[in-house]
Amino acid sequence: MWYFSSPFVVFGEEALSHLEQLQGERALIVTDATLAKLGIAARIEAALHKAGMATRVFAEVEPEPSLQTTRRGAQVAADFAPDWIVGLGGGSPMDASKAIWAMYEHPDLDPTEINPMVTLGLSKAKLIAIPTTSGTGSEATWALVLTDTAEKRKFSTGSRELVPTLAIVDPTLTQALPPRITADTGLDALTHAIEGYVTTWHNDFTDGLCLKASQLVFDYLARAVADGNDLEAREHMGNAATIAGLGFGNANLGLAHAMGHSFGALFKQPHGRAVALYLPYTIDYTANAGLGRYGDIARFVGFTDSRDEAEGARLLAAKVRELEQAVSQPMSIAAFGIDRADFRDHLPKLVEYAEQDTQFFTAPRIPESEELAQMFEYVYEGKPIDF
Amino acid sequence: MSYKFPSPEWVANFHEQINSSDAYANAAKTWEGDITLIIEGGAGIYLDLWHGKCRAAEYLTDPHVKAPEFKITADMEKWKKVLAGKLDPVQGMVTRQIKLDGNLVKIMKNVKAAQELVRCATKVPTVYE
Repeated sequence: MWYFSSPFVVFGEEALSHLEQLQGERALIVTDATLAKLGIAARIEAALHKAGMATRVFAEVEPEPSLQTTRRGAQVAADFAPDWIVGLGGGSPMDASKAIWAMYEHPDLDPTEINPMVTLGLSKAKLIAIPTTSGTGSEATWALVLTDTAEKRKFSTGSRELVPTLAIVDPTLTQALPPRITADTGLDALTHAIEGYVTTWHNDFTDGLCLKASQLVFDYLARAVADGNDLEAREHMGNAATIAGLGFGNANLGLAHAMGHSFGALFKQPHGRAVALYLPYTIDYTANAGLGRYGDIARFVGFTDSRDEAEGARLLAAKVRELEQAVSQPMSIAAFGIDRADFRDHLPKLVEYAEQDTQFFTAPRIPESEELAQMFEYVYEGKPIDF
Repeated sequence: MSYKFPSPEWVANFHEQINSSDAYANAAKTWEGDITLIIEGGAGIYLDLWHGKCRAAEYLTDPHVKAPEFKITADMEKWKKVLAGKLDPVQGMVTRQIKLDGNLVKIMKNVKAAQELVRCATKVPTVYE
C-alpha cells in the first residue's frame, strides 16, 4: 500500500491569471523580502484583487526558514483570517507557508510535531504554491524543512495533508533568475528526478514522471542558464521541477541527497549545488554493484539504445558530469574552496549526518560508514568512485 | 529448528541475532531507547536497546506491562510481511499500517539501525500458527 498525492497544477505562460478565477475572501501571501521588493508579490496581489479578494503580504521568510518566523506568520494569519494562503518563492517561502497553514489551523501545534502519522484536518484555508525558481519541487510535495534557530538544528518533516491545493508554474516568474541560481536549482531538479527513479521506494506512478523530468533538464537547463529570457527553456525547466517534485515526493530520494544535506549543513552551501555535487559519484557507486536502473534513464533521454545496464549507467554519469561542467557546477569538494584540513576535520560529522538523513535508507546501495567516508574522500578529489 | 512467532523462544533467538550482528552494532552505536513491538490483540516483545546492543529482550503476554520510549503496533498479518521483507516498516508507519507511539523523528534519524534490527528479526527461523 502506498499513496500518490498531487496538487491541481496550472502551468505555462499566463498560468498566474488562473488566480483571477479563484473564489475566496482573503489571501495571505507568504514570501521573502526580495520578491516583495521586486514587485512579484504585488503581481500576485493584483491577480487576487481581480478575484475580489483582500490580500496581505508576510514577506519575512528568510533562506532556511525558522520555526520562529513561521510562528510569526501564523500569528499574521490568525489576525487576517485568510481562506487562501499563498506560498510564493523558492523552497523556503513554500515550506514556510505549509507550516504557517498548519499552525493557522492549529495555533497550539508545534511544527516539530507535524509528521505523516498525525491527522491535521485542515479546513479553514487552502494552500497555493507559486514557485519562482525551477528546482525545489516543494509546490508538488508534502515535505517541509525548517530550522530551529534557538537550538541551531534543521529538521525535515511532512504530512500528506500539506500538499498544496493548487500549484501555479508560470515561466515568467523565473525569467529574472541569475544564471548561478538557475543552475543550482535546475541541478536540484535533475537530482530529484534521477534519485526519485532509482530509490527503493520508486513505484509505477512515479517512474514516468522521473524519466520525463530527467529528459527535460538535460534538454533545457543549459539553455535556461545561457539565456534567462529563453522562455521556452524556462517553461520546460519549471515543468521539469514540478514533475520531478511529483516524482520524488511520492517516492523518496537517496544517497546524493543524504551526502548533499550533510555537506550543505556543515559547509553552508546552497542545497541544489550541494546535492548535485554528489549525484554523479553516487551513480558510479550504485552502478558498481550492478544496482540502479540508470540504463532506463539513459535510454529515455536518448543517450543510448543499449540495454546494457552498466553501459547505460556509465553514460548517464558521464552526461551528468558534462551538464554540470557546462553550467559551471563545482565538480569536487576541493572546487568549493574547502581546504583539505578543514574537510578532514569535518569528515566524521559528514558521515554521521549523511547516515542520519531520512533519504539515506532508501538508496539502492547503502554504504557502511568506512565506505561512506571513502566516498567523501573521492568527492573531495573529484575522482570517480571505483568501488 | 524454527521458532513460533511470537514466543519466548523466538524472542530469545532474536536477542542472540541482535547481539551477534556487527552491522546492527555499528548502525545503532548511538541509539538509546527501549521498544515494545506489539501484536495487535496479542503479545508483545520488549527490547532494551543501548549503544548497539540489546541489554534485555522479553516476551510479554501483556504488551502494556512496560512503559517503553517507543511502542510499535501492527496486526499479525503486517508483522508477517515485515518479517518476510515484504513491508518496509517505515512505509508501514507512513501509511499508518503500523502504529508508532513515540518520536518519529528519532526513528527516522536512526533508520539504518531500524533496518538492521529488522534484518536481525528476519534471520530468526520463524513459523506461524
